[in-house]
Amino acid sequence: MATEKKSRPHAKPITRAQKKHEDELLDEALDETFPASDPLPVDPGTEKVSDAPVIAKTGSPAPVFALKATPDQTVSLDQLKGKPIVLVFYPADWSPVCGDQVSLYNEMLSEFEEYSAQIVGISVDGPWCHVAFAKDRKLRFPLLSDFEPKGDVARRYGIYDAKTGTSQRALFVIDADGIVRWKYVSPVGINPGAEGILDALDKFAKKERP
Amino acid sequence: MSQLKRAVTEADHHQGPLDASIVLVEYGDYECPYCGEEYPELKAVQKEFGDKMCFVFRNFPLTQAHPHAERAAEFAEAAATVGKFWEMHDVLYEHQQALDDQSLIQYAQRLGLNGALIDSALDDKYLDRIRKDFSGGVRSGVNGTPCIFINNVRYNGERDARTLIDLLNEIR
Repeated sequence: MATEKKSRPHAKPITRAQKKHEDELLDEALDETFPASDPLPVDPGTEKVSDAPVIAKTGSPAPVFALKATPDQTVSLDQLKGKPIVLVFYPADWSPVCGDQVSLYNEMLSEFEEYSAQIVGISVDGPWCHVAFAKDRKLRFPLLSDFEPKGDVARRYGIYDAKTGTSQRALFVIDADGIVRWKYVSPVGINPGAEGILDALDKFAKKERP
Repeated sequence: MSQLKRAVTEADHHQGPLDASIVLVEYGDYECPYCGEEYPELKAVQKEFGDKMCFVFRNFPLTQAHPHAERAAEFAEAAATVGKFWEMHDVLYEHQQALDDQSLIQYAQRLGLNGALIDSALDDKYLDRIRKDFSGGVRSGVNGTPCIFINNVRYNGERDARTLIDLLNEIR
């Protein structure tokens, strides 16, 4: 294999700027190549995604995703675009704080609607688990499964916790054009509430009825 | 550090003078078991400080998790219109296991609320006020119940009476 190694032209380490550029190109390529309803393609052979420290930056386009909301329904960023999006990453269905957190947001759907904002939860739990959890908590907003490859979207948003194998507890507010406008990573045991989300929406989203 | 965004006013349900050196605001849900646990603790704190403290209750019903919470809050609001908010508040927290409509109507009757008032509680008349409490709470960083604010700052510590009394003795 020595000959092959020798022949690789890009063996030298890439700079951070190059890497950033590559990441952006990847996002663009994903956007163009894959229609919204298709699952997010990830080559298990590439380390690109997990290598990236923080991709989702305030002021930058939100990393694309397409995840199962139920065993036979997929929700993608492209589908959600056009209205403000509140992305709620949480570690796990059923854990006490997550329960409180999603229950709180569940009570606030009318307030999010005032901004035309859509809220979606994301965890590494599988779609069947989400279905049971959503039914138990009477949730009226979608929970997406970042399940296969596990935590891939959380990694793309820079909030995957490899030690626990779950995402961190993090909030992203994305505008109608898909630009990240606000992000917040909460201590994992603390329910971050909704104050920050509403403040962020206030800054760019127009309330339909004041 | 979350701050209370909606100032305490005369329109709030309160016990004790609004200008007391301690103003404790609870955002609560009548069906929430943790609020039920907190109820006697806050009673003990109120007993300790009497008129040196103002206790304010604001509604924060999690209606999907607690199917009777909102209706119970509506009954407390109906009672408030005839000056019986706190009587109803106490009855509700002392009967958390029975908050179905039939039980709520009985409690209201026992407190002397008339038929029209009971109908108004069943008729969504007070929902606006309850939603306003809720929105103000969310804006102030309420993330679950019970949520306590002491002199406008959210309190995140232990909520037993002893801890609260010690803390309030220090700050008043």
